[in-house]
Amino acid sequence: MIQLVAAQSASSFPVLNALIIVPIVGALIVVLLPNSRPELMRPVGAIFASIAGALSLYVMAQFSIHEAGFQFQSVQSWIPNLGINWHVGVDGISLWLVVLTGLITPIVLIAVDPHHDPKPYTAWLLLLQAGSFGAFLALDLFLFFVMFEIVLVPMYMLIGGWGYDDRRYAATKFFLYTMAGSALMLVAIVSVATLSAGNQDITFNVVELAQRQALSTNTARLCFLAFALAFVIKVPIIPVHTWLPDAHTQAPTAGSVVLAAVMLKLGTYGLLRFGLYLFPEASVWAAPTLATLGVIGVIYGAIVATMQKDLKRLVAYSSIAHMGFIVLGIFAFTTQSLEGGVLQMINHGLSTGALFLMVGMLYERRKTRAIEELSGIQSAAPVFAGFFTVVMLSSIGVPGLNGFVGEFLVLIGSYETRRWWTVIAATGVILAALYLLWAYQRVFHGEPTPEDEQTPDLTLKEGLVLTPFIVGIVFLGLYPKPLLERIEPAVDDLIAHLEHHSDYVQPDIGAPVVVDENHGSEDDH
Amino acid sequence: MGALQLLGFVGPSVNWWALLPQIILLGAALAILLASALAPQRTSTAFATVTTLCSAVTSSIIAIGLWNDVKTEGPSSSIASAFGVDGFSIFFTMLILIGLAATALLSHDYLDREGIDPPEFHALLLCSAAGAIVMASANDLIVMFLGLEALSIGIYVMIAMHHRRSEARESAIKYFVLGAFSSAFLLYGIALTYGATGSTNLVHVRDYLDAVVFRDQHLLMAAMALLLVGLSFKVAAVPFHFWAPDVYQGAPSPVTGWMASIAKAAGFAALLRIFFAAFASHDVDWAPIVGVLAVITLVIGAVMAILQTDVKRMLAFSSVSHAGYVLVAVHAASADGTSAALFYLFTYTIMVLGTFAVVGAMGTDDEHPLSRYAGLGRSRPVLALGFTVLLFAQAGIPVTSGFIAKFQVIAAAVNNESYFIAGAAMMTAVIGAFMYLRIVMVMYVTDEEEERTSRTWHWTTSTVVIAAVGFTILAGVVPQFLIEFAEDAVPILIRG
Repeated sequence: MIQLVAAQSASSFPVLNALIIVPIVGALIVVLLPNSRPELMRPVGAIFASIAGALSLYVMAQFSIHEAGFQFQSVQSWIPNLGINWHVGVDGISLWLVVLTGLITPIVLIAVDPHHDPKPYTAWLLLLQAGSFGAFLALDLFLFFVMFEIVLVPMYMLIGGWGYDDRRYAATKFFLYTMAGSALMLVAIVSVATLSAGNQDITFNVVELAQRQALSTNTARLCFLAFALAFVIKVPIIPVHTWLPDAHTQAPTAGSVVLAAVMLKLGTYGLLRFGLYLFPEASVWAAPTLATLGVIGVIYGAIVATMQKDLKRLVAYSSIAHMGFIVLGIFAFTTQSLEGGVLQMINHGLSTGALFLMVGMLYERRKTRAIEELSGIQSAAPVFAGFFTVVMLSSIGVPGLNGFVGEFLVLIGSYETRRWWTVIAATGVILAALYLLWAYQRVFHGEPTPEDEQTPDLTLKEGLVLTPFIVGIVFLGLYPKPLLERIEPAVDDLIAHLEHHSDYVQPDIGAPVVVDENHGSEDDH
Repeated sequence: MGALQLLGFVGPSVNWWALLPQIILLGAALAILLASALAPQRTSTAFATVTTLCSAVTSSIIAIGLWNDVKTEGPSSSIASAFGVDGFSIFFTMLILIGLAATALLSHDYLDREGIDPPEFHALLLCSAAGAIVMASANDLIVMFLGLEALSIGIYVMIAMHHRRSEARESAIKYFVLGAFSSAFLLYGIALTYGATGSTNLVHVRDYLDAVVFRDQHLLMAAMALLLVGLSFKVAAVPFHFWAPDVYQGAPSPVTGWMASIAKAAGFAALLRIFFAAFASHDVDWAPIVGVLAVITLVIGAVMAILQTDVKRMLAFSSVSHAGYVLVAVHAASADGTSAALFYLFTYTIMVLGTFAVVGAMGTDDEHPLSRYAGLGRSRPVLALGFTVLLFAQAGIPVTSGFIAKFQVIAAAVNNESYFIAGAAMMTAVIGAFMYLRIVMVMYVTDEEEERTSRTWHWTTSTVVIAAVGFTILAGVVPQFLIEFAEDAVPILIRG
């Protein structure tokens, strides 16, 4: 029944195209608004971003649960002479990232005041939303590359235009790092399409290319490396992570939130969709290296985060650690680890997005992010401290909150296939507690200075924009099933694809942990 | 004519219709000169600009007619196969006429501002354009050389016309000496081609090379090398690029735009016609050399560009780097590669015309320091955004024509299994992007808060910038029309 509805809606209304187009239209309308009414810009932008967010929720509601393939597909001919189509679709892996993108952007638009030039600020954020949707939805390699690279421009402009002192350096570094990564990916994209073509027409269709698997082993491995380089820089993984602390620290709050919540996911999503799916054999071949780099990221990110003096930089390094977990989950190739990886992408978006938002609020109040200049804020701003505690505990991975579910799935899934990696990564969980609790202690507890006592508490509006994050964090911690049951078919399908095209076999580790618990009752819904 | 026929001389049949675009341009040049000589008082800039624009429009209407002829009746040639009428020649004719119109519009403001006599400038520009068209259409090396000289001599004088500036004269002398030098290479190459194949006509050359297997092809190799060197000077490929930064910097901005776009495009037209069309059977001999040239041009152009502090010099090296991209496409020695090169040249020409429109309007002094662009994003937001689009297009960012152009070049290289060259091209694009980002950052991120007095922009300049930006985005979002145009424009040598 649900499938039927989904199929009907997919054929009648190209909702995924609308997702990409609505923010673009919004950006154009914002640009056309008169400059004399600066107060209109953000509300109008937020309306369009919210429409897109509502559409993403509609996609989620109409998504048929137990189906592995791509849904809501829409194909339009774009550049027929080069075999390029506008081809979008969504599956269990991209669904939640789309929802996350849809919800984060309006929240950010409402929450963060740019202080100057609201028009371009709003327009760039809307274009960023459109580009991120495009990148998560694209099923044509060319379209994906276009979207993957075009999102750099709004983020670059946001960092450059509204960032802090060193923004010029940070924005340029961010742009060049990502562009350098994707440079060879373009060569690989063309190579994959050309070499897979054979006697058939050239195509950039991801599904078709993944089915053909026409490349020789060595070529596929080289192409995989070119793809992986682009994604690894975006994730980022040690040793190509150095753009991230700078970009995060210098970016305005809105930029940091979207960068952490949405754009970093392009890397891990890319590894799943274009690494594992397009190059199954090469992924298995490269898995030990990438899993190792992921684990190094977990430990290194945690250690470096401990040493940070700047609260925002600390959160940025904690991002590296969290993303390392996701990479480990992806390259452990078990149902649980992949599910955990995908779930952790959402978790990280919620917790780190909220952390950046709150660090931004703190900066608005105190004009500093230095940990040593802050102390005892809890007494002056108890509600703020409460919100911060919940988000921080989610980031640490305390049971009952979302971070635990994701990390636990990653660890339990990876243990069978990557035992020692998992053992080392598990210590990262402890280190996360160390650096976050220590930072919390220094900033919120302790003797408040007169300045600290003046720190105003959360306003109602700030509380309202943070509430969705808290709700998400608690809900997913207590009841992750709605996510997992949509993720699982896609993940199982991916692993089956992997097993079919390489000599990898998933070890039998019994029934999946969370979803299967009450499988009988679930079918009644 | 009658007397000549009595002497037994029979001229070749001439398809005047095919020559009409150049004839109109030359006629307009003469008309401007005559009017200025006969007019009682100083002729206005507007008169010269309008005449040039009208001739460009009329010529392009005829070029469209010729295009229809080629589509329906197939390509042909005229004047004893010396002059080709194919998609290729019309493609470049259209491109050159667009460049002509844009340069006329840009020079309108410039000439007024600098007090340069407009009639001479416009007459030279028209002759230069006619020369470029001849160069792109020629099926005979001698005719090609004539076109090249007509193109270049016009440019030498146009650079030097700003006689109060010593830099302009220095530039002109530099360009003249090196231009003469490259002409010598080219002529020597033509002579050796004649020695090796018995003809300067490219149709004969191709037929001869198809039919004959050389026991010893040293002469032909030397001919190809010399032709390549001569044309590499014109398109500013490394290591024959040394004139480019100095000349670009010293020349008036509209002329720099003309050199960077049309002179380069005409040079590549000649290169493609000679090497891809005539020397096709010997591509194993020349393609590797072009590949090496392409890689060093890309690398040196990109690396040198980021070391500059003067915007015009930056753009000069970026133009060198773009020549490298086109060479990558030429290196593929395939129809794909050639149409990729044509697409690249078309979109690049329009980008560069728009870019130099902005540069020209930003200042006329000899120096173009980066700091002059500081705060442009605030004082002129629309034009700054336009300039940003043009710079991003040159960096090859998606949703601009520059990305589609880059993509096609990479696709051509990959199809040719030149993976290393494709990778090198993409990596140098990243190096080059740093330079474009630097300019963008300066425009938008400025520490000093003071608002500088923004000069009023002449509407002609704004028109060119807006048209260039519009086309750049259009061809970046829906490139199909231009891809088809470029695919129909692969050169064909027809015996007339």
